[in-house]
Amino acid sequence: MKKLKDYLPWICYFVFFLGILLVNPGTHYIHLVARVIIFSLYAVAFNLLYGTTGLVSFGHALFYGIGAYITGMLVKATGPEYFLLFIVLGAAGAAFVSFFIGLLTLRLTGIYFTMLTLAFAQLAWGLTFKLYHFTGGDDGIQAIAKPAMLTGGVTKYYLFSFVVVAICMYILWRIRRSPFGSVLNCIRQNPQRITFLGLNVYKNQLKAFVISAFFAGVAGGLYAGLDGSIHPDMLHWPTSGNAILMATIGGMGTFFGPVIGAGILTGLEEIVGKYTEYWSFSIGVVVLIVVLLFPRGVLGIKRLAGNKNKEEKETEVVCNS
Amino acid sequence: MDFNTLIAQFISGLSVAMLLFLVASGLTLIFGVLNVLNFAHGSFYLLGTYFTYQLMQMFDNFWVGLLVGVIGAGIVGMVIEVLFLRRIYGRDQEGAFQLLMTYAFILIIDDVVKFIWGPEYKTIPKPDALMGSLNIGTTVVPTYNVFIIVVGLLVVLFAWYFLTKTDKGKMVRASSLDRNMLGLLGTNVPMIMTLTFGVATAMGGLAGILAAPLRTVTPGAGVEVIIDSMIVVVIGGFGNFWGALLGALIIGEVLSFGILWMPELATVLTFIVMIIVLIVKPEGLLSKKMVGRK
Repeated sequence: MKKLKDYLPWICYFVFFLGILLVNPGTHYIHLVARVIIFSLYAVAFNLLYGTTGLVSFGHALFYGIGAYITGMLVKATGPEYFLLFIVLGAAGAAFVSFFIGLLTLRLTGIYFTMLTLAFAQLAWGLTFKLYHFTGGDDGIQAIAKPAMLTGGVTKYYLFSFVVVAICMYILWRIRRSPFGSVLNCIRQNPQRITFLGLNVYKNQLKAFVISAFFAGVAGGLYAGLDGSIHPDMLHWPTSGNAILMATIGGMGTFFGPVIGAGILTGLEEIVGKYTEYWSFSIGVVVLIVVLLFPRGVLGIKRLAGNKNKEEKETEVVCNS
Repeated sequence: MDFNTLIAQFISGLSVAMLLFLVASGLTLIFGVLNVLNFAHGSFYLLGTYFTYQLMQMFDNFWVGLLVGVIGAGIVGMVIEVLFLRRIYGRDQEGAFQLLMTYAFILIIDDVVKFIWGPEYKTIPKPDALMGSLNIGTTVVPTYNVFIIVVGLLVVLFAWYFLTKTDKGKMVRASSLDRNMLGLLGTNVPMIMTLTFGVATAMGGLAGILAAPLRTVTPGAGVEVIIDSMIVVVIGGFGNFWGALLGALIIGEVLSFGILWMPELATVLTFIVMIIVLIVKPEGLLSKKMVGRK
């Protein structure tokens, strides 16, 4: 039975996102949910670093943006036949860049790490503006074609994104439950102990950083195909901030929390944006409520009153004794 | 490029630096005393500007507007500290929650400003007394820029006097060193924290008001200034008051001369400076301790 309980969130995940297609609420909403799917991969990938390893990166937009720009530029240069390959290349590019940025940023801790990641992302954002011939400047890249298989009707691209994201999510899920995932978890709670155990904190953090960047890059590449256009704002700091928001609102201590966070953020923007242009106010209020009242996020509510689950108690005992 | 242009550019850089210093010193004070990175500091810059704008619509007097704007920004700051920030001190992963909460205040305050005063550009004219320009040697400098530099220097002097020569100032410095011990010695630490937050946000408001006649007033101005101020604080060292001054001078001049020599890369240059400092000396130029490194 334990097996089934473990897979329950996955069942919900599949039922919800495939069920949407059966209900068929119209092109607009399918497009919207496709965005939720892509953002959720971005947020879950980010949460490997944030909720699991305890590193508050404020520059994840960089990797998201690199994925989007590499995919977009390759499609523009060679045509859309190998779209999937381009997404993988974009993610690989993000991972490649993240390796070097990780080497430098992970030497620092706490707020210094956060600021340095922010600086690198802002630097890249500034450069995409200036390198007009290469990146299209503030126009971004428009009319990114999709391969023939995925054109016509948003449903096809929805399914494509869903499959890609589901595979990536499964890999991330396995990573989090692997021994390596436990090491990351312990790095957050007690890095010294990891050193005592003869493991290298820096190397493991770097691995987590690169993995997280890779999947953020996949999300960026998928987004480039969804809207068919990319712009430098994808690299700007509010995009990095959104990753933190989604992970926290949903619950950074859980695997599926960021998916819920992505849904809430996109939903608020859509629903409130329909009535007024002041939707960021509503997001601010939601974040404030979450920070003050539900610091464990929406999925963490059930564990509020000190009811830590068994696994958490065990790790705490191990780490703090 | 002749000598006069260089001097003029240098002085314009100084005035930019002083504005940055007013924002960044508030940020760094808050970080030192409250251990909070106030990401929403730019929003107080914004509030100060719009309060002044409102007052000028009513009374048409820059100085009344300035006074009310500064006090208003400070009061809003204190209310936010007492009602919200105070609740998350000392929590697990406090840093992330501070970032989120202050980020939430950016979203809220910026939207409220947009709601009340509208998204369009506003202008605040220079006060009549500070129109025109001064001759320094053979260089012509706008009077208003000199005024900003003088105000900045006065704030530096006053802060130096307050922090090093008065008992209250010593308490502020003590609370940044050891909050608990200061509390045990009978000082009302929460009060000091609230007042520090109020003074710091008021300084942010002052910067916004002083900058308003030079730039256009828009609801996005706060977000623009916060990133630059953040760079200043990082370069100088978190919580280091004199570091903020040095950082502001460096960034002010880099911005000013960057526009002259490399207009394409001026905005990027500040990030490059920050990255170099963080890699070479992560704790900031003027901080001695080896903090933040592994």
